[in-house]
Amino acid sequence: MPEITLTQAPAHIRMGSSIGQPLTRREGVLKTTGAARFAADNHPPGMVYAALAVSSIARGRVTALNVAAAMAHPGVIEVMTPKNAPKLALDPDAKNNPFMFRLDLLQNDRVRYANQPIAVVVADTLEAATEGVALLEPQYEAEPARTGLDSDDSFAPAAVGAGSPAEESHGDITAGLAAASVRMEAVYDTPAQYHNAMEPHAIVAAWDGDTLSIDTPSQGMAMAQARIAGLFGIAPEGIHIRSPFLGGGFGSKGLFSGPQVLGIMAARLVGRPVKLVLRREQMFGPVGHRAPTRQTLRMGADGQGALTALSHHTKTASSTFDDFFEPAANASHALYASPAIATSHEVVRIDTGTPLFMRAPGEAPGSAALESAIDEMALACGMDPLAFRLKNYAEMEPISGKPFSSKALRQCYEQGAERFGWAKRPQAPRQMQDEAGMLVGWGMGTAVFPALMFQGQARAMLRQDGTGVVETGAHDMGQGAWTALAQIAADSLGLDLDRIEFRSGTSDLPDAGIAGGSAHTATVGTAIHGAGADVIGKLADLAMDDERSPLFGAGNAGVIARGGRLHRRDDDGRSESYADILARAGLAEIEGRGTGAIDPAAQAAYAMHAHGAVFAEVKVDPDFGQVRVTRLVGAFAAGTVVNPRMVRSQYYGGMIWGVSFALHEHAVMDKRSGRLMNPNLAEYYVPVNADVPSIEAILVEERDIHVNALGIKGVGEIGVTGTAGAIANAVWHATGVRVRSFPITLDQLLDA
Amino acid sequence: MSLSITLTINGAERAITLDDPRITLLDLLRERLDLTGTKKGCDRGQCGACTVLVDGRRVNSCLTLALSHDGADILTIEGVAQGATAGEPLHPVQAAFIAHDGFQCGFCTPGQIMSAIGMIQEGQAGNDPERVREAMSGNLCRCGAYVGITEAVLDAQRSMAETEAASGRRNAA
Ligand code: FES
Ligand code: FES
Repeated sequence: MPEITLTQAPAHIRMGSSIGQPLTRREGVLKTTGAARFAADNHPPGMVYAALAVSSIARGRVTALNVAAAMAHPGVIEVMTPKNAPKLALDPDAKNNPFMFRLDLLQNDRVRYANQPIAVVVADTLEAATEGVALLEPQYEAEPARTGLDSDDSFAPAAVGAGSPAEESHGDITAGLAAASVRMEAVYDTPAQYHNAMEPHAIVAAWDGDTLSIDTPSQGMAMAQARIAGLFGIAPEGIHIRSPFLGGGFGSKGLFSGPQVLGIMAARLVGRPVKLVLRREQMFGPVGHRAPTRQTLRMGADGQGALTALSHHTKTASSTFDDFFEPAANASHALYASPAIATSHEVVRIDTGTPLFMRAPGEAPGSAALESAIDEMALACGMDPLAFRLKNYAEMEPISGKPFSSKALRQCYEQGAERFGWAKRPQAPRQMQDEAGMLVGWGMGTAVFPALMFQGQARAMLRQDGTGVVETGAHDMGQGAWTALAQIAADSLGLDLDRIEFRSGTSDLPDAGIAGGSAHTATVGTAIHGAGADVIGKLADLAMDDERSPLFGAGNAGVIARGGRLHRRDDDGRSESYADILARAGLAEIEGRGTGAIDPAAQAAYAMHAHGAVFAEVKVDPDFGQVRVTRLVGAFAAGTVVNPRMVRSQYYGGMIWGVSFALHEHAVMDKRSGRLMNPNLAEYYVPVNADVPSIEAILVEERDIHVNALGIKGVGEIGVTGTAGAIANAVWHATGVRVRSFPITLDQLLDA
Repeated sequence: MSLSITLTINGAERAITLDDPRITLLDLLRERLDLTGTKKGCDRGQCGACTVLVDGRRVNSCLTLALSHDGADILTIEGVAQGATAGEPLHPVQAAFIAHDGFQCGFCTPGQIMSAIGMIQEGQAGNDPERVREAMSGNLCRCGAYVGITEAVLDAQRSMAETEAASGRRNAA
């Protein structure tokens, strides 16, 4: 039974058995019967349909739209263009903070990327709106598109990712390389990738005066509220967002996007509720993507295989009008010990929609390159890739010198290698074949992801009947918040799960912050834990101060909250039920509040990361170069496991994204026009069921007393890291060909 | 223009007047009949989120016009286990998806389940996970719930076969 000790005096303990249980998803029946209402499933009375028209050029101006033709189509109500679009209270190009991204909201005729919204057609039916868009026949004045990583003068940004320094180093790289007896240098390319959640961005917006009701998938409802409030000049409290289920987010639903705002504008323009859903091809532009990278890795090692220098430089691209810089080089900060480490970034601006956070931003491409390079270096040193990684195992965080708050990576290596059978791997490539003549290769990669926390709030109540209510505006995009957070909520109140009501997913509940950075469970879980502590503390005070209570005077000893009763810590037999305490006090309910946020002192003292090791087997057709992943074993250590069933699913999902990174995803931009050539799910490949082999995820035990009160690290993104590199390394091992351009495609292997 | 067709949807015969010949089966279900369990992920036959059974066969409902199905029998996710949200038992495939965590966000799930039911009826995959994966590959899952999906389909198929065998024995007796 997990024990949760409160930090405040007196030391009350809460005990529950929900955390750690592999419960099935609490919304499972809703999701398997079609009853779960996603944003686009809503249909308020009087609702009409909006369809987006997007630009087919990447740079220039819209010179004409055939609005008359669209308006003449039966059912079309209005065409929103820069001529009649509602004026906004805030310039959508204003940037008051780094997380305020510039949006294209029909305030002018400028085009700055392909698939940029240029008009919205509103009609009685979806068919009419769609046809209206086709009738607009936009005319453009096009300028030459700037594309590709070589396109323009590059510059060194001040910060990358969510505000990390663009350059960091410790030690002397030049000296480290000079002192090395083995050196390597290689360049790795990773392509632009698009989130492509299965649920396209959608919004159903309804105005009532200056209050606004919206159904839309959001990974950050409070931030969305603030963004909308600013753009429309209305009070955030007047904006009601419902986002109980997201059909996947992966970062693309973290910040409110332009098309979502356009849905709200259209509703204002026509004075009726409006539904706007992006078409799949429209998700390749205005809702973010992962930028392409070109990464240069340089390493040196001494005669024993110990690194003497590790340099990681990333060239990446952002849009011409906004700043998001994929922090790929930072993947080299936390994994391998080296007396000298240097990481740096440079950026070119191209005519593209602004890139954004996408599952494991920076870490995913950075890890793919780093883990490939480490493999190449192991080979150069004549060492087994696992032995080489162990040789360079970091006991302190390499870039900062801080101790780790916890690090069970050694156990991950051991358990993963054992399960996979790594010890039997021949060191040389092209040594293994299966009975069908396929070349078989084994590769590995290390996974790492920072244990982050943002800010979140929760409210907890105990009711007179002894049941509890816990509220937080959390976001479930598939990671399992409805279940995992409810488990934490139950334990936080010392109640069984069926004795609490867990409310979530709307903006009128306490602000749960943002579901990103694999930090949601840690952040909101900590807030819930604190809210429960607050209530139990109040309840204990009621009892301990009341001489009619068997707990009277328990003051210094404190109480244990368990199964809906408070017990004296020094005499378990003396207890009282929550209901009795509240009844005697004449209270219908009591309420507590909690906040989740990182402890700055712990953060200053410790480096905090989840770790893992991924082992991959591939089979490569010697004639056609076709690669199939046949086996993946990942072993991950990420602190407290709240729900092993859901944690395992997160690892599987992450590892499948790793497969996708290694072998499938590739947004192809036409170098001449700046248009994407494959903006659909038939040509932008993501893994299908048959691409996914036997996968195993081992949950390695780890206890962390520094990250937060519950010891939770994140699990949503780490699976992407390590996996792509492991597959690339396995492909090398199968074929002897080192492919340094992702995704690995058969044409790159044909000479094998 | 108005066009009339008759469809049997989830067991109930419905006379439907279409206001537009361009209406796909998917948009008929979602936007006109409030059967929003069936999802739209691409509207182009590339993702499988819109899978329904038409006369027992798996169909991408985004790729077919409602008008072309006059007289057809349509089964959507809402009709698989009617009353399940009110506590009636789930279909074995639905129950297996929950037990094996065959979904995360749940957006692809109605399509996966309809596809699984269709596939089991087709009887083409047997107990071979490889063939199940192949036969379920028209249904994308960006969350990557494939491990659970494959396990769920195999498990449901087994339990359905056992139930059938048991009822066969009862009938024979
Ligand atoms: S919506 Fe029909 S296949 Fe994607
Ligand atoms: S569960 Fe999210 S797409 Fe399949």
